[in-house]
Amino acid sequence: MALSRREWLGAVGLGFAAASLPSFARRALAEAPRAGKLFVLIFQRGAADALSVVPPLLEPRYRLLRPTIALPAKGEGAPLPLDGFFGLHPSLAPLLPHFKDGTLAIVHQVGSPDPTRSHFDAQDYYELGTPGQKGDDGFLDRALADLPEDGKAPFRAVALQPTLPVSLMGPVEAVAVNELAQFHVGPASGSFEAMYRSAVDSVLRGASDEAFAALHSLASSGALGRDAEVAAGYPKGGLGRRLYELAALVKSGHRVQIAATDIGGWDTHVGQGTQRGQLSNRLRELGSALAAFARDLGPRFADVCVAVVTEFGRTVRENGTHGTDHGHGSVMLVLGGAVRGGRVHARWKPLDDHDLFEGRDLPVTTDFRAPLSSMLTGHLGVADVRRVFPGFALPRAEWPRLI
Amino acid sequence: MGRLVLLGSVLLACATVPPPRPEAQPAQTPVAALPEGLTASPLRPAEKAAHLLNRLAFGPRPGEIDALARGGDAALWAWVERQLAPSTIDDSEVDARLAPLPTVGLTNAELRQEYPSLNELAKAHGIDLSNESAKRELQAAVDPDQLVRRVEEDLAIQKLVRATESRRQLQEVLLDFWFNHFNVDLEKGADRWLVTTYERDALRPHLFGRFRELLGAVAHSPAMLFYLDNWQSFRDQPANPRHPNQPHGLNENYARELMELHTLGVRGGYTQKDVREAARCLTGWSIERPNQIGSWIFRERQHDEGAKVILGVPFPANQGEADGERLLDLLASSPATAHFLATKLARHFVSDDPPPSLVERLAQRYLATGGDLTAVYRELFGSPEFWSRQAYRAKVKAPLEMAVSSVRALDGHLDAARPFEAAIAAMGERIYRCQPPTGYPDTAQAWVNSGSLVARLDFGLALAAGRLPGVHGHLLPFTPGRRRADPGPFVREVEQQLLGGPLTPETEKVVLEQLAPETRAMPDGEVRPLDVHKLAGLILGSPEFQRR
Repeated sequence: MALSRREWLGAVGLGFAAASLPSFARRALAEAPRAGKLFVLIFQRGAADALSVVPPLLEPRYRLLRPTIALPAKGEGAPLPLDGFFGLHPSLAPLLPHFKDGTLAIVHQVGSPDPTRSHFDAQDYYELGTPGQKGDDGFLDRALADLPEDGKAPFRAVALQPTLPVSLMGPVEAVAVNELAQFHVGPASGSFEAMYRSAVDSVLRGASDEAFAALHSLASSGALGRDAEVAAGYPKGGLGRRLYELAALVKSGHRVQIAATDIGGWDTHVGQGTQRGQLSNRLRELGSALAAFARDLGPRFADVCVAVVTEFGRTVRENGTHGTDHGHGSVMLVLGGAVRGGRVHARWKPLDDHDLFEGRDLPVTTDFRAPLSSMLTGHLGVADVRRVFPGFALPRAEWPRLI
Repeated sequence: MGRLVLLGSVLLACATVPPPRPEAQPAQTPVAALPEGLTASPLRPAEKAAHLLNRLAFGPRPGEIDALARGGDAALWAWVERQLAPSTIDDSEVDARLAPLPTVGLTNAELRQEYPSLNELAKAHGIDLSNESAKRELQAAVDPDQLVRRVEEDLAIQKLVRATESRRQLQEVLLDFWFNHFNVDLEKGADRWLVTTYERDALRPHLFGRFRELLGAVAHSPAMLFYLDNWQSFRDQPANPRHPNQPHGLNENYARELMELHTLGVRGGYTQKDVREAARCLTGWSIERPNQIGSWIFRERQHDEGAKVILGVPFPANQGEADGERLLDLLASSPATAHFLATKLARHFVSDDPPPSLVERLAQRYLATGGDLTAVYRELFGSPEFWSRQAYRAKVKAPLEMAVSSVRALDGHLDAARPFEAAIAAMGERIYRCQPPTGYPDTAQAWVNSGSLVARLDFGLALAAGRLPGVHGHLLPFTPGRRRADPGPFVREVEQQLLGGPLTPETEKVVLEQLAPETRAMPDGEVRPLDVHKLAGLILGSPEFQRR
């Protein structure tokens, strides 16, 4: 088996001085992003409606095909203009300053080449990074395997939720913590640690190794007490609480390289609403939580890149119940201090019937692996995305340049 | 609120175990033909009994393994047969315990009208809930037992009490399985008021009959039609200009999940066109005023009367409500459905990756019997795969299974749902509140991770130490008393009770080491009693107890 990049770098660090390396390798090391970069994947479970999140203002058919769910053209509740062609849902107003100062990029008509409209399959394919193919390891896990480990960091990969998402499943250790405040075992902790260390049950032993390393790390950094004033800057709800905890983890010196969490409630088949309503409420929570996270991170925001993704998009036409059914293409939000933002990346196909996917859905003109590849290489320093996304052959020049 | 109390201060040298409960008694008359899977099983008798009680029940209660194992294979199989016919098992104790719960027997309309939400109450009284002091005032003025919260709590407590104490254990295991298969989320709008009757009337009576009956009951349940939006799905027509906000077209949600999740499976061979056509069949399957009445209704006006073709089968025009019934017939009798259900059942009861040979046999049984679920269960529980060494302790317990089996192992009883629900949620499972229609995954991968493991350890310790509110009963029906310095025999008695078998030598060694300080002889030569709470907590948190 070939030496992985991690092993290779490890060997370099132990055995050789950089000066003895060939020049291309020296250059690679010099250009390797410095330690401390964090990539955050936020998964909108349920398939978010791209045409509501980032509506195409100049598409005449946008309002025609959505008589009751399109945002009003002007006045209260109208989309916030981005670049003349696209607008931003008004409930995402907290993110508008980030678009303007260039720390928010948007990728439109993005999605999977696989046509499934099953939430379950589409989420799996997305998180496995292998459209149309099932497997065991998530793409974030493979990205971790490709990255230098820089020391033993128990929170190197963390899911802020009760269970590990598919994207983080695989051989590289990752911890799942729903609430840091509840993450403790009490006085018998040492007993369990000893018990699991010697356990023959390798599945459970693996989880326990990760858990106790994380517990020790938290204990040595001092408990992460809740800073009420900082927490008050976040909106109510799960995402705000989780991003608050992630920021607290980062600010207290824990090395986090990849973090993942979910926000549900996007499967808007009925009465999805316009500037108000269920979709608007989800977007308000999303937008204000992200803005609070950016603010809370302060200077560390420069080292952070957040991708907000969803498994597929929705029908372009509203359905019979003022909602939208399962579709195809969607939209991705990319936020971070190092992001080349301020623009909407789209190989836009108009909303004419013959351009829609199967005559009904927003088409996919950008493979989701392209923007993710840009982030994973440019931000985290993944060397070879073909290991992260096997079978993905789109050359780098065709990826949206997000970093 | 009851708390776990340590009963008995009798100084006993060894463990005493309460008499076995009646359902664990060996059968009086041996069953004629025992399945070869059972009789040829490589498992020892106690392992067989433990295996049954861990798979067809929510874990053993003290004494049950011994009682079952004593009667040999005939007793084991007689127990299975009794569990397959739950009406033959007297469960009046549990029924009597649940009878006082005010909401479990009500209709949707009664629940809806008698148990409003705080928001509705505020609206009715013109109170603005964003005003914190007004909100507090309202909360102080209303009896919380008159709010919908009561409905949710009753629902949870009846589930947890039945899982812990019902003698019809297989019925409760299957109810949990099929609820998850036909998942609805209580937190979606009106479903808070509809899930009580969904579980009670649509699922519970149909767990042992034909799958088609179960499927039909679900399709007639307001809870599912609300959850997957079908109640508003309309034949496609132009919007009424006078009522532009009224539904006037198809909603695919239920039709798609009906095929993908309830019957054929995602690779079951249906197309997007089939989804649309199925949605057309189901137009009109609706709910009479979900926020007042909440009963199933067929709305002719809403129904698409055109001809349809589904999976290549023509559906003639003008069949009304019968379209939907025919669709369910078609789906329930499909071989794809047989395989999909067989896979899920085998995954739940045998292993995460069930042997294809078993799945195939179960599917054949399903097809040969017209989807008779009990016939499929019987085939499954008698199969060599079920009784194999590989299947023994092969499944990691889901959080609910972990929590309920812990209480059963300690011979405990529940009298409040909230703290228990919260503990299960911390391990990753929110009962009645799984948002996606897929339900929870049924594999170890989904439940084993650092956070959930820490929550399990924490739960076991809290429960064993009597720190979990809402649980009462015996902690351990024995105490170690003053005893010899070697705690080994006593520890093994406790292992037997809690686990139905020994810990692995590795785990046992650690347990003994961890308990060593407590068993050290005092200066006067006496031996300090073992910390039973800690011992029980360690065993509940052990890798062995996480499996079933």
